[in-house]
Amino acid sequence: MTKFDEALKAGKFVCSECQKCKKLVWPPNDYCNRCFGKVKWRPVSITGKLVEFSKRNEVFFCIAEFENQIRVMGSLESTIVPTIGQDLKLIKCGHNGNEEFVFQLNNS
Amino acid sequence: MRKVALAGFGLTEFNKDDTTIDSLMLLAIKALFENTPNLGQKDIEVVLTSTNDNSKYLSSIVSEISGIKPKISHSVESLCNSGANSAISAFSYIASGLADVALVVGAERFDSPGLVLEWDKSRGQYKHPIYWSSMFTKSHVRKYGTTKEDLAIVSAKNHKNALDNPYAFFKKTYSVDEIMNSKNLTEDIRLLDCSMPCNGSAAILLASEEAIKKFTDIPVWITGIGQKTLSAGFTKNDDLTSMESTIDSASMAYKMAENKPTDIDVAEVHDAFSICEIIEVEDLGFAKKGKGNELVRDLYETNDKKINPRGGLIGSGHPLGATGLAQIVEIGQQLQGTAGRRQISKAKIGLVQNMSAAATSSSVLILQR
Ligand SMILES: [Zn+2]
Repeated sequence: MTKFDEALKAGKFVCSECQKCKKLVWPPNDYCNRCFGKVKWRPVSITGKLVEFSKRNEVFFCIAEFENQIRVMGSLESTIVPTIGQDLKLIKCGHNGNEEFVFQLNNS
Repeated sequence: MRKVALAGFGLTEFNKDDTTIDSLMLLAIKALFENTPNLGQKDIEVVLTSTNDNSKYLSSIVSEISGIKPKISHSVESLCNSGANSAISAFSYIASGLADVALVVGAERFDSPGLVLEWDKSRGQYKHPIYWSSMFTKSHVRKYGTTKEDLAIVSAKNHKNALDNPYAFFKKTYSVDEIMNSKNLTEDIRLLDCSMPCNGSAAILLASEEAIKKFTDIPVWITGIGQKTLSAGFTKNDDLTSMESTIDSASMAYKMAENKPTDIDVAEVHDAFSICEIIEVEDLGFAKKGKGNELVRDLYETNDKKINPRGGLIGSGHPLGATGLAQIVEIGQQLQGTAGRRQISKAKIGLVQNMSAAATSSSVLILQR
């Protein structure tokens, strides 16, 4: 189990960042996928942007982008139809066999 | 590099019976031997098996139950793209001079472990393929005005084409309305917009220029190959209206074959979902970007089988490890002029596009009579 999974189980979204490149490694891993350098695990900003969305059984799901670097899929809590590029925030994450992310539009 | 051609093939019916991977493979190999005059087990120097099944030492097992003692023998796994990958590996053994004759056999069961890529953390709780295909669909619909009816036409066309494919899983047509009214799996994907995992097996025989004369008078040469792996995780393909790995693979294959998209008479493309065929005909250069829907509609209305004549994945079913090889078999038959009711008249140059896991990797082959 990686630090990413452990943190997710505790409800925290962390990612590995290369100490040389200063870029996030995604999907997270123990070494940088540009330079194989050492990484440091750090929290990911909880505010991101909506890249794309759809809906299943009345629940939106989407791709969200964080820190202009990494994209992840999760559910999107919204009562209105969202707009691409809209700001959103991560309101919950966890690990229940699968990684789980829940987002909410910023103005709601 | 030595020239390599398709020397023979074998297929099994695609279905959902309870069977094993090695039994499925044996049936396709048996069919290949029956279809290929003068072929003996001793001719075969390479045996490659293509599957996502968890079986071990499969190429050796399949060699033994087929009475073959190959020099080179191993398995190839690359999710939905395993078939084209294994064919390209066999091509390389022959082109390099390591071998003259290679047997490639692919098979899958309907309950394959290759249907979902558990590794991909970037997909969060949305690991099933209906979610990535919903993202591609939504983006293409927004940017280019592709409609639900356009999507349904892909499925209607491919089910119709599959009626003339005796090995296809589906044996009935659906109207555009029926497809549009089939169950909503998501806001963007309907049940009949999806390909169906099923059992199936396909085998091909590849041979060098010197060796092929023994097996066929109408060799179909593999003249172009392109492959690209962008990533394993879904979220690296920035523009969700295109498949970056397919664009790159196509460009390499066209360059190697010295062909352009307008030279292609017939193509098998990887329609895992309806939206895939629309994006692929654009990314392969058969239609302008954003006009894939018009091409597909035109093919459907004029009963032109140029794209996915055997019914694609949607009409034929999708046994992952067999799919790329079944695509090659179809183009081989088309170029030999033996495709029967599916035949595209005077087809001389054909193309196969096979891809994996939300188009994170793709393979394109160009074949020529
Ligand atoms: Zn680095």
